[in-house]
Amino acid sequence: MITATHYLALSLVMFTLGLIGVMVRRNFITVLMSLELIFNAVNLNLIAFSFRLGDLSGQILAIFVITVAAAEAAIGLGLIIALTRLKDTVILDDANEMRS
Amino acid sequence: MPLEQFVPFIPEIFLAIASFVLLVGGIGLGRRGMRPLALGAVGSLVVTGILVWLFGRPAGEPEVILGGMLAIDTFAVFFKLLVLASAILTIMLATGFLERFRYGGGEFFALILTATLGMFVMASGVNLVSLYVGLELMALSSYVLVGYCKLEVKSNEGAVKYFVLGAMSSGILLYGISLVYGSLGTLDLMEIKTALVAAPQDNLVLMLGIVLMAFGMLFKVAAVPFHVWSPDAYEGAPTPVTAFISVAPKAAAFAMFLRIFAGAFSPEIDHWRSVIWLAAAMTMIFGNIAALSQDNVKRMLAYSSIAHAGYALMGVVAGTAYGTWSVLMYMLVYTFMNIGAFGLVVLLETRGYAGETVKDWAGLSKKAPAAAAGMLILLLALAGIPPTGGFMSKLYVFAAAINAGYIWLAVIGVLMSAVSLYYYFRIVVQMYLVEGEEAESGAELVRDRWAEGVVLVSVLVVMAIGVYPAPFVGWAQGGLNALGLM
Repeated sequence: MITATHYLALSLVMFTLGLIGVMVRRNFITVLMSLELIFNAVNLNLIAFSFRLGDLSGQILAIFVITVAAAEAAIGLGLIIALTRLKDTVILDDANEMRS
Repeated sequence: MPLEQFVPFIPEIFLAIASFVLLVGGIGLGRRGMRPLALGAVGSLVVTGILVWLFGRPAGEPEVILGGMLAIDTFAVFFKLLVLASAILTIMLATGFLERFRYGGGEFFALILTATLGMFVMASGVNLVSLYVGLELMALSSYVLVGYCKLEVKSNEGAVKYFVLGAMSSGILLYGISLVYGSLGTLDLMEIKTALVAAPQDNLVLMLGIVLMAFGMLFKVAAVPFHVWSPDAYEGAPTPVTAFISVAPKAAAFAMFLRIFAGAFSPEIDHWRSVIWLAAAMTMIFGNIAALSQDNVKRMLAYSSIAHAGYALMGVVAGTAYGTWSVLMYMLVYTFMNIGAFGLVVLLETRGYAGETVKDWAGLSKKAPAAAAGMLILLLALAGIPPTGGFMSKLYVFAAAINAGYIWLAVIGVLMSAVSLYYYFRIVVQMYLVEGEEAESGAELVRDRWAEGVVLVSVLVVMAIGVYPAPFVGWAQGGLNALGLM
């Protein structure tokens, strides 16, 4: 029997992995994927809670999160293209001129 | 859904349509049409302001529209007009700048308008769904604006850092929202408050949710230790955009902060207050200390704006009605003094990013006495010295903290204001006291009537608030008539 707790545990693992990925990985594309993992952990959480509570508003927020995450990914990919054109790299450490 | 409830929403609808028209017009006109597009953008924002005044004001008691998504109250009107003012000033700063640097296109103005729309929703949202969508509309537009000079490495780098950390903070905020939703079963701020008043609880899931939401919001206002993105984003962005993102999103984020924390989570204040207290103290200390060693004026002002978020957080920590309106007052003054200071950086800037280092200000009082005097007033205001508005707004947040019993926080604030004098006065020393050859080496001012107008307006407003604060205080206190706030 899979209960809400299982979903929440899985979502916590996904969220943690995503956070670690954003902070540790230096490749911009991997960072984007980690961000996506964070948003999907949130979605899983929202839908599991929504199912358990019998309340629809969590699922509505999840749909908004999916939509916004798509827009966010589009902007992220746009920034990757701009970065690649300027510096021919997708490694974030190479884009570090301003660190004082 | 009766049609009447769309009437208070008319300003937002108009703003959305105007941004699309400007986007399409910008594609058609290209770089030739900068002035007409800028006039169109300023015109639309002014019309939006009039529409807010006509339709967006509450008739009496605050009301909710669109199925409990948005509130129509004086709190929202206050922040909407503040955001509109900063958007108008930004466009007037940006037009000449974009022409000089040959970055063209109507998408700049369209993005400012969509960001403004997002901030409108942040100011009036009373449901975590609408607040989140407004926040993201603002954030996504700002990421693009920071990276607007896509051929400059710095601009791109600033945008990348802003994007990665901004998206991560949204994720943290959302995770907190999901936990709060899971333990209370609602996303509506009023219902959250009712549930917490009826049954105060301290279960782990709810506490974790509230703390994660606090972290997410502290990211958005660039409080220490969640500030790492802001110096790079502020330095890399085109200067008018820096002026914009250092004031308007911060004001809107404070509006959202107050709605969620001073409003919905107020029954749990004893649990989250210590987190904000610590963040406020660290923000004031770190922001001011880090600004001391900056030679780049934009970066110095970035650290100074981190410090200012710390002062404003004191009002949130206080958690009283006095604290809330002192935050509104602080945001009002901060908006004008920061835009004015960045406006002078814009005026000093020429191709190749001259005007960004402290040395470029050398001898300005001889070359352009009026501009130097304006900068002096704005720096005095930023440092919090009477008779400027900066002094009054600091006084109110310090008083709010002391009234609520947070004397140590106020002491830290006063001490750090004294520290801030040092780095603000480095610019003053360059402008007034440097003589001889060194004074000749400073940068020249650019002729730009619109940007000069922005600086003039900012100086006048900052002085007016300092000399005669009563009507502004009344306006900020009127903003307390808000749904769900205490």
